[in-house]
Amino acid sequence: MRTDLSCLDPPTLCRSRLPGLGAEEDVMGLLEKTVPGRLELPQVADLDAFEKSAVQMVKPSKGTTTLAFIYKDGVVVAVDSRASMGPYISSQTVKKVIEINPYLLGTMAGGAADCQFWQRNLGLRCRLHELGNKKRISVAGASKLLANILFSYRGMGLSMGTMIAGWDDTGPNVYYIDSDGARLKGQRFSVGSGSTYAYGVLDAGYKWDLKKEAACELGRRAIYHATFRDAASGGTVSVYHIGPDGWEKISGDDVNDLHYAYYPVQSTQQTPPEQSMTDVASTSSS
Amino acid sequence: MACTLSMEAQAEGVETRGVVKNRSSFNPYDNNGGTCVAIAGEDYCVIAADTRLSTGFSILTRDASKIVQLSEKSVLGTSGFQADMKTLQKMLNAKNQVYRHQHNKEMSCPAMAQLLSNTLYYKRFFPYYTFNLLGGLDNEGKGCVYTYDAVGSYERVGYSVQGTGQQLVVPVLDNQLKSASPLLYPPQSTATPLTESEAVDIVKDTMASAGERDIYTGDAVEVVIINRQGIRRETFPLKKD
Repeated sequence: MRTDLSCLDPPTLCRSRLPGLGAEEDVMGLLEKTVPGRLELPQVADLDAFEKSAVQMVKPSKGTTTLAFIYKDGVVVAVDSRASMGPYISSQTVKKVIEINPYLLGTMAGGAADCQFWQRNLGLRCRLHELGNKKRISVAGASKLLANILFSYRGMGLSMGTMIAGWDDTGPNVYYIDSDGARLKGQRFSVGSGSTYAYGVLDAGYKWDLKKEAACELGRRAIYHATFRDAASGGTVSVYHIGPDGWEKISGDDVNDLHYAYYPVQSTQQTPPEQSMTDVASTSSS
Repeated sequence: MACTLSMEAQAEGVETRGVVKNRSSFNPYDNNGGTCVAIAGEDYCVIAADTRLSTGFSILTRDASKIVQLSEKSVLGTSGFQADMKTLQKMLNAKNQVYRHQHNKEMSCPAMAQLLSNTLYYKRFFPYYTFNLLGGLDNEGKGCVYTYDAVGSYERVGYSVQGTGQQLVVPVLDNQLKSASPLLYPPQSTATPLTESEAVDIVKDTMASAGERDIYTGDAVEVVIINRQGIRRETFPLKKD
């Protein structure tokens, strides 16, 4: 059977196919239909200017904090849940961990629709890989599939900064993928406007030999501290753990509750405020 | 609000080597204003929208409906550009019919939610300028509300507001509805503990308040209530100024 190399062809514009409406086909034919054959582009003279103005209505929010790291017993993925459109908080309950399949997780940063759609599409193609190869797809393979799609749409305004995390034959893995086409394998990543704050806590507390409970707590603390200092992050900290048998959700905590859990108010002791008003010395004048 | 460009064709002068060429442009979008609210309860769902259709500073009509019933258990409310709204409704109705023929059953609300998300994303590079709320009863009979952005990202929530009056209404609902976050673990129900009549009262009050402070909201509120008994519509007048 001839290998299908049509994915290497230069992308053709305006070839719109509606996936899902075809007749029964074999698995390889179905694989072709899973990539929505080049989403339709509007027939305008100046595409870039049009997309620039059209993207105003979408306003991808990179205001977020997500992190993922691997350690001895698996992968920990932790995210916040705030979505902001400029200064307005459009949602405090965004699901930024996308459950691609029972053993692969993806995170969301940037355009929410882009992340949701393409990671769901990735789940579809991972399933077809399983059916066609009688074996689960590796994290490297899954991340490559996604990265290639994003590279083919490079420059068209997709906005995604995502991490694909999972456990496969080679152990725990996490890959960072973004809409510029980058694909990086690594031990720990944090993505979003609060990532610098999360890195500080994550890097300080990280060890390869962490126990599961401590690793999850590290992820939780790192996101909490990012939400404390980054205005664009907040809401609920969700922590997932991926082991050899797949992922499980560990916790979902409101950051306000976490704050008072970590730093309880002691009634006897008045903590001095960070800044306070001072009395203006009254001068007899005029 | 995001899109402030007008519908009139614009002629720009472009100077090239001392010669001015007039280049006309056409903006395909417009914002017709309006506010949509949806609240999910234990066994009901309320969707409401005002009925004013505007363009710029003019009111085009005072009784345009923004709410449409897509299937037995799902109702769609849309604010934004009403031409795109109408087309989106036609697309969804057509796909719903195909589904009913292929599967010999009605589309459930979660299925319709996914369909709407995909329909919106397929036009990722020429979006439907619509901000949607899908409400209905899920497979267990509990109220569900799905909220969307213009290109199809969606989440199931306990309540949501879209449209020009969003920022006026949503703080009130945040305060009054006491809905748990769907992200808490162990999970708690996102449906509001309020009763159906309390939810309808809150909706009427908040739409009236939005009408006071948002120029695009007013004239009348259309309220659609979905519960075990079926779907019913009610209309309440608002100030016409």
